[in-house]
Amino acid sequence: MTSKRTDVVIIGAGWAGAILAKEMREAGRRVIMLERGPERKTAVEGTYPGSIDELRGAIRHRLFQNPAKTTVTIRNTVNQTALPYRQLAAFLPGEGVGGAGLHWSGVHFRAAPDDLRLRSHVIERYGAKFIPDTMNLQDYGVTYEELEPFFDKAEKVFGTSGDAYKVNGEIVGNGNIYAPSRSDHFPLPAMQDVYTASLFRRAAGDAGYHPYALPAANASRQYTNTYGLQMGPCNFCGYCSGYDCYMYSKASPNINILPALRNDADFTLITDAHVLRVNLDSDRRKATGVTYLDQKENREETIEADLVILAAFQFHNVHLMLLSGIGTPYDPVSNTGVVGRNFVYQTITTSRAWLSEKQYTNQFVGAGGAGVAIDDFNSDNFDHGPLGFIGGSPVWVNQAGVKPIAAAMTGGGKSAPRWGAGYKAGLVDTYRHSMAMDAHGSNMAYRDVYLDLDPTWKDSYGQPLLRMTFTWKENDIRMNQYVVGKIEPIMKALGARRYELGRLEHGEAFDTRKYQTTHLGGGAVMGTSPKDSALNRYLQSWDVSNVFVIGSNAFPQGMGYNPTGTVAALAYWAAHHIRAHYLAQPGPLVSL
Amino acid sequence: MSAPSSSRRRFVRNAAGTTAFFLLGGQEFPIPALAAAPAPAAPPEFFSAEEFRFLQAACDCIYPDDSFGPGASALGVPSFIDRQMQTPYGRGELWYMSGPFQNGPANLGYQLPLAPQALYRQGIESANHYARTERGKDFASLPPEIRTELLTAFEGGAVHFAAFNARLFFEQLRRNTLEGVFADPIHGGNLHMQGWMLLGFPGARADFMDWVNQEGQAYPFEPVSIDPQKA
Ligand SMILES: Cc1cc2nc3c(=O)[nH]c(=O)nc-3n(C[C@H](O)[C@H](O)[C@H](O)COP(=O)(O)OP(=O)(O)OC[C@H]3O[C@@H](n4cnc5c(N)ncnc54)[C@H](O)[C@@H]3O)c2cc1C
Ligand code: SF4
Repeated sequence: MTSKRTDVVIIGAGWAGAILAKEMREAGRRVIMLERGPERKTAVEGTYPGSIDELRGAIRHRLFQNPAKTTVTIRNTVNQTALPYRQLAAFLPGEGVGGAGLHWSGVHFRAAPDDLRLRSHVIERYGAKFIPDTMNLQDYGVTYEELEPFFDKAEKVFGTSGDAYKVNGEIVGNGNIYAPSRSDHFPLPAMQDVYTASLFRRAAGDAGYHPYALPAANASRQYTNTYGLQMGPCNFCGYCSGYDCYMYSKASPNINILPALRNDADFTLITDAHVLRVNLDSDRRKATGVTYLDQKENREETIEADLVILAAFQFHNVHLMLLSGIGTPYDPVSNTGVVGRNFVYQTITTSRAWLSEKQYTNQFVGAGGAGVAIDDFNSDNFDHGPLGFIGGSPVWVNQAGVKPIAAAMTGGGKSAPRWGAGYKAGLVDTYRHSMAMDAHGSNMAYRDVYLDLDPTWKDSYGQPLLRMTFTWKENDIRMNQYVVGKIEPIMKALGARRYELGRLEHGEAFDTRKYQTTHLGGGAVMGTSPKDSALNRYLQSWDVSNVFVIGSNAFPQGMGYNPTGTVAALAYWAAHHIRAHYLAQPGPLVSL
Repeated sequence: MSAPSSSRRRFVRNAAGTTAFFLLGGQEFPIPALAAAPAPAAPPEFFSAEEFRFLQAACDCIYPDDSFGPGASALGVPSFIDRQMQTPYGRGELWYMSGPFQNGPANLGYQLPLAPQALYRQGIESANHYARTERGKDFASLPPEIRTELLTAFEGGAVHFAAFNARLFFEQLRRNTLEGVFADPIHGGNLHMQGWMLLGFPGARADFMDWVNQEGQAYPFEPVSIDPQKA
């Protein structure tokens, strides 16, 4: 074992890690970034046409985490035995330089103001009794107004395309009427609507809703970002989700941040470096650095650092905290402890309209972040009082480019044969003439939904796997059913020949076998009290003040929007406070 | 179910070797009439001849030859699966394969100590055993209706093979069959991109700048493969 010294060590080379690395270099600190996966460069493996092979890509998981080495165990309820998640399906964590930011789709949202202070907001509008006893509803501890400059900063780095509604309090465009005011426009105009999105825009309007263009980190024009890095215009090739963009049009850490660091002598990126733990001093109040396994040499190495940034992705961050003894593990029986608490996800169900035989929906055309959405049933944009649930869903057409293998697995819809006679007829009709829309909703936090270490299964490094205890709860199922019910008028306005509404059913257990989203959240949440949060509002560990934990682990509950826009804003927000206050005077940024 | 789109697109399947026409959105595209020509039968490397016969028969039940076009074995799907067995996927290197192995509710996912290679070896053996016991012959020697009946029983979940529920094997087979029909031909299936033509998927074109919104017109161009030589 050898040992190196640096100022800042960062675990993970995704969006969170790349943002912190850039900010720490701007502050003049020496940075070592450790990434357990391989190097990934668009100019090497992301080129046309090799990169757009569906079998190698989305099906055999070229860019995703290989669970053979390490995975999680999953159970639905506390009295079950959790079993290993042996085959990736329900969620697809990233691995390698860029993390999931290389193979994400690019829907780029800002968290809604109400969602950031959901507990306070619900109490103000509906009273404290509205919150079920078993729900750990919390505020983030940071407001939209405080985060606004950092949302703006992230969009200018990502080259985000979108339509603003309000800029500095004035209505300026055709964007989401429920979106809060912005300090500036999106850096690029909205992406063009694909055919199905244009139909949805019209039908949703006819149904009395308020459609808007999804904010997309897919470049609608040529763009040069804050760091002088360039993106080319997106050609709607349809290979965002699960792939690296050969057109340099989808924002990724690999294109939008890391090239600005790669030639910097005080920035070191070490790949194939699996961090085993954060090392703490004897009283567990200070981190001394990290120990990692150099997977090329099969050798343990230690790095000493003043500041340790966990940016390994939501549940990997929680796993590393538990393995390292940072903070008190959560106990669901007493509802005490914080690491593993408020593990949340996202509800998503897909509905489908079959249009006339004259309408070809060309579903292979698309971009991962582009589409048209309505927010009429998201967040607290509608009166929950008579409904008795908390949360909501945007509804959208987000035609990201449907590939043939993926289409073949779904086939012709619920009533069509899955194989054999009649299978092709249903598949062909569905692929050529149908369109899909999602209700992509919130998921609240519950006392008995959490993360801890598994007592039985281990990873290939000999460490216990992380255990997820997760299932769908009545509040969220009712929310989903309500919102899906509101899709019906859109189906009618579309003139659909037939349609199927996808919804969660009462009592339905979380199924690890079918893809939902990779929008996992919580487990090490930010907040205002160390009693119910692992991190303060600057994403700093309450217990070990030279550890910051960046990612969607900070979300106290799952929101209707996709997470990454908020992760990036929180990363810039934390970095700003590290630069402005912490570096000059290391120690807790919030004193108790 | 009747296929609304089949009226506007069809393969004109004359005698093998003549030209077929691919009708789409009122335009005609001549394509080689390979619909009727079987895939060159490369000898399997992983599967035995006997196992391969099972695969051909089973894949053709799942994705049959019909008025829409050729079935799975004419598209090279059994060879595709044979090749997949010799990849990290086939060897189970993309799955978490550490013990202990314990059964649980289906929604918690796959829990067997078997990689795809072993699933196929044992699955085919068990399926043939079942076919012989119930119907007196190997699966591939039975008439197509009976094969379909057996696969339906496997899918239904009531049949138990020696080491696992037959449904599990069926789902593996269905998944890999459809992968073989619709993956790029570079992987050995989807012969002459006929899987893609059926759907109107343009393959590796991956540039739709002019096709973002054509108000519901059918996309007019034939597919291309990642490697045109192999298509
Ligand atoms: C198919 C897909 C589509 C998506 N689409 C969208 C979308 O449209 N909009 C949206 O907002 N979000 C989307 N997401 C989610 C988005 O990708 C993530 O929110 C985001 O990338 C998270 O960034 P991160 O930096 O927190 O983590 P990651 O990008 O996951 O990066 C973490 C990195 O840390 C590394 N790491 C983990 N553990 C260790 C360790 N012990 N030692 C060393 N390194 C380690 C990992 O290998 C990884 O590279 C999508 C995700 C997927 C999979
Ligand atoms: S759709 Fe656009 S952003 Fe997405 S991979 Fe293709 S070119 Fe890139």
